[in-house]
Amino acid sequence: MSERIREKLKILADAAKYDVSCSSSGSTRKNKNKGLGDTGNGICHTYTEDGRCVSLLKILLTNFCIYDCAYCVTRKSNDIKRTAFTVQEVVDLTINFYRRNYIEGLFLSSGIFKDADYTMERLVRVAKKLRSEHNFNGYIHLKSIPGASDELMKEAGLYADRLSVNIEIPTEQGLKLLAPDKDRKDMIQPMNFLKNEIILRESENKTFRNAPLFAPAGQSSQMIIGAAQESDKDIMFTANSLYKNFNLKRVYYSGYVPVSNDNRLPGLNTSVPRIRENRLYQTDWLMRFYGFQVKEIVNQEHPNLDLDIDPKLSWALRNVQQFPIDINRADLHLILRVPGIGIQSARKIVDARRFQRLNWEHLKKLGVALNRAKYFIICNSRNYERRDLSGSQIKQYILSGAQSKALSAVAIQLQLF
Amino acid sequence: MTILIYDNTWPGFLTAIFDAYERKLEQARICPQRTLQPSLLYTPINIITDNVKAKRVWLGLEKKLSRTGLQNVYHSFLSELPAIEDHLLEYIRLALTLDGAEKAYGNSTILRGTQVAKMVYREKHRMEAFVRFQLTKDGIYYGAVDPDFNVLPILISHFEKRYADQKWLIYDLRRKYGIFYDLEKVQEIELDFAKPEGGDIRSIFSEEEEIYQTLWKDYFIHVNIKERRNIKLHLRHVPKRYWKYLIEKSP
Ligand code: SF4
Repeated sequence: MSERIREKLKILADAAKYDVSCSSSGSTRKNKNKGLGDTGNGICHTYTEDGRCVSLLKILLTNFCIYDCAYCVTRKSNDIKRTAFTVQEVVDLTINFYRRNYIEGLFLSSGIFKDADYTMERLVRVAKKLRSEHNFNGYIHLKSIPGASDELMKEAGLYADRLSVNIEIPTEQGLKLLAPDKDRKDMIQPMNFLKNEIILRESENKTFRNAPLFAPAGQSSQMIIGAAQESDKDIMFTANSLYKNFNLKRVYYSGYVPVSNDNRLPGLNTSVPRIRENRLYQTDWLMRFYGFQVKEIVNQEHPNLDLDIDPKLSWALRNVQQFPIDINRADLHLILRVPGIGIQSARKIVDARRFQRLNWEHLKKLGVALNRAKYFIICNSRNYERRDLSGSQIKQYILSGAQSKALSAVAIQLQLF
Repeated sequence: MTILIYDNTWPGFLTAIFDAYERKLEQARICPQRTLQPSLLYTPINIITDNVKAKRVWLGLEKKLSRTGLQNVYHSFLSELPAIEDHLLEYIRLALTLDGAEKAYGNSTILRGTQVAKMVYREKHRMEAFVRFQLTKDGIYYGAVDPDFNVLPILISHFEKRYADQKWLIYDLRRKYGIFYDLEKVQEIELDFAKPEGGDIRSIFSEEEEIYQTLWKDYFIHVNIKERRNIKLHLRHVPKRYWKYLIEKSP
């Protein structure tokens, strides 16, 4: 009996792992009536050997699929073992993993068997069972299957904390080429529906204290990077419109892992564009937390992100005339634009300078990466960069001072997942 | 110089702060019994833990510090780092003299307070992630830990909220005490046991335990993308010293 489950788990975890979203944060669901589970900031219970957070039991309900998307291992034409969990099997795994503190909850996705509604109905049934039969209050992320009925989407929202539709390929042409049976509209439509539903329920929640939760952790989406020949500008503009138009909580960027010899795609031995993926995440953060407009970072003249330096530094080097800024006076939003200063350090600077004027020593202790920041700021010290350096000179100084570091920094940035 | 010796407890430490103020000791050290080393340089005073005094100190701090500031003090205390008490005494002196002092990060005492607290908070967070419960035959989910800092007291509320419908016990093997939830409340307990992990797993743990451990290990291997192997990053997130708790990292 357990051997069969083992086999299924192996196959269906393997098939689900290319979806990089792992977040289990942002829900407001609380333990009720002394049941099982609670949600909060989300916890990574372990990390895989590729360095990714494991927070949810991430599996497919089945890897049978009627579609043939070129970039996907589960595609119909791929010669692999197929299997399916029963609803009860998924419920048991989730509960037992959760009770042992292995996971924050479940992320359930699926290949499409029969049709969208048939598949979605099963996903919903798992979530419903967990919530109503097991009083499970942990995190549930369900994939919303494009083309499923509004009724099912609504039901999904009542049980799930987060719903997601993956946009998969950043450009419409790319999608047409690689997944000819799919239509961008079918992906946008459920996002739009859910956005409106979430807004509606939120206002109800304000009016009626006991109105049920509806997807309290919102929606997310994922794009595969490097499968079609899109530019970073294409990717980030699409991401930006998803954030703006559908209030997405997160967009994930998943470097394409070659799974096929199809000549429409990068070959099997090409490597995953990991650095590029990182730069995209950094850009995403600059948009969401640092007050940058997407077009400041990528635009017609600069359609692709630099791989050797981070996007904030690239921006600053193109805009040296806006610097230096005075750390002891400048507004928080300007300090956030300085390369080498993160959100935490920026806040600490603003707090600490009320008590004393800060010098280089202070800044270093507050966690500022001075090797980058020093070209862009002045502080309480007579020492500062007096030469009128051009962007490319600064870049050279920074890279030669930290050649190896610049590359190992790439690994650190991976924590953004 | 005077050295105030307290009984290793939090109220004991707060009482020592109270006494340091009451006796107007300009220069004093505070030291837990646990790490006391006899010295001729200091005049020792044994502090008798007094909950009323402790409470007064805490109320005093509550007036001056934000929630984060208070948390910095308590969490730093739980670090059990050498001389952390002396450092906290100085931190508290600053907090009581200067409004908003907890944010004067240019001051090294204040900054260190935040940094130590952050280390402790990180350890708390790691325990919330890395505790692995194993179901015993008598229906208790048991997890052993060996944290760098004394974080059990600040784990209670997280686990109590999450596992409200199962009995659980988290045991600190280094400090030899645990927190036990019996479906009603959480208590501190001390166990006298031959190490459970030494015995045959089947004799202590329920039958299904082995099945779920195997499934979890399978899952861990299969969710990994081999093409993206990055052991350095893996080790940064899951430092080797924690592997002993982790089912998925055990052979
Ligand atoms: S529909 Fe989904 S599971 Fe099926 S082939 Fe396309 S991407 Fe893969």
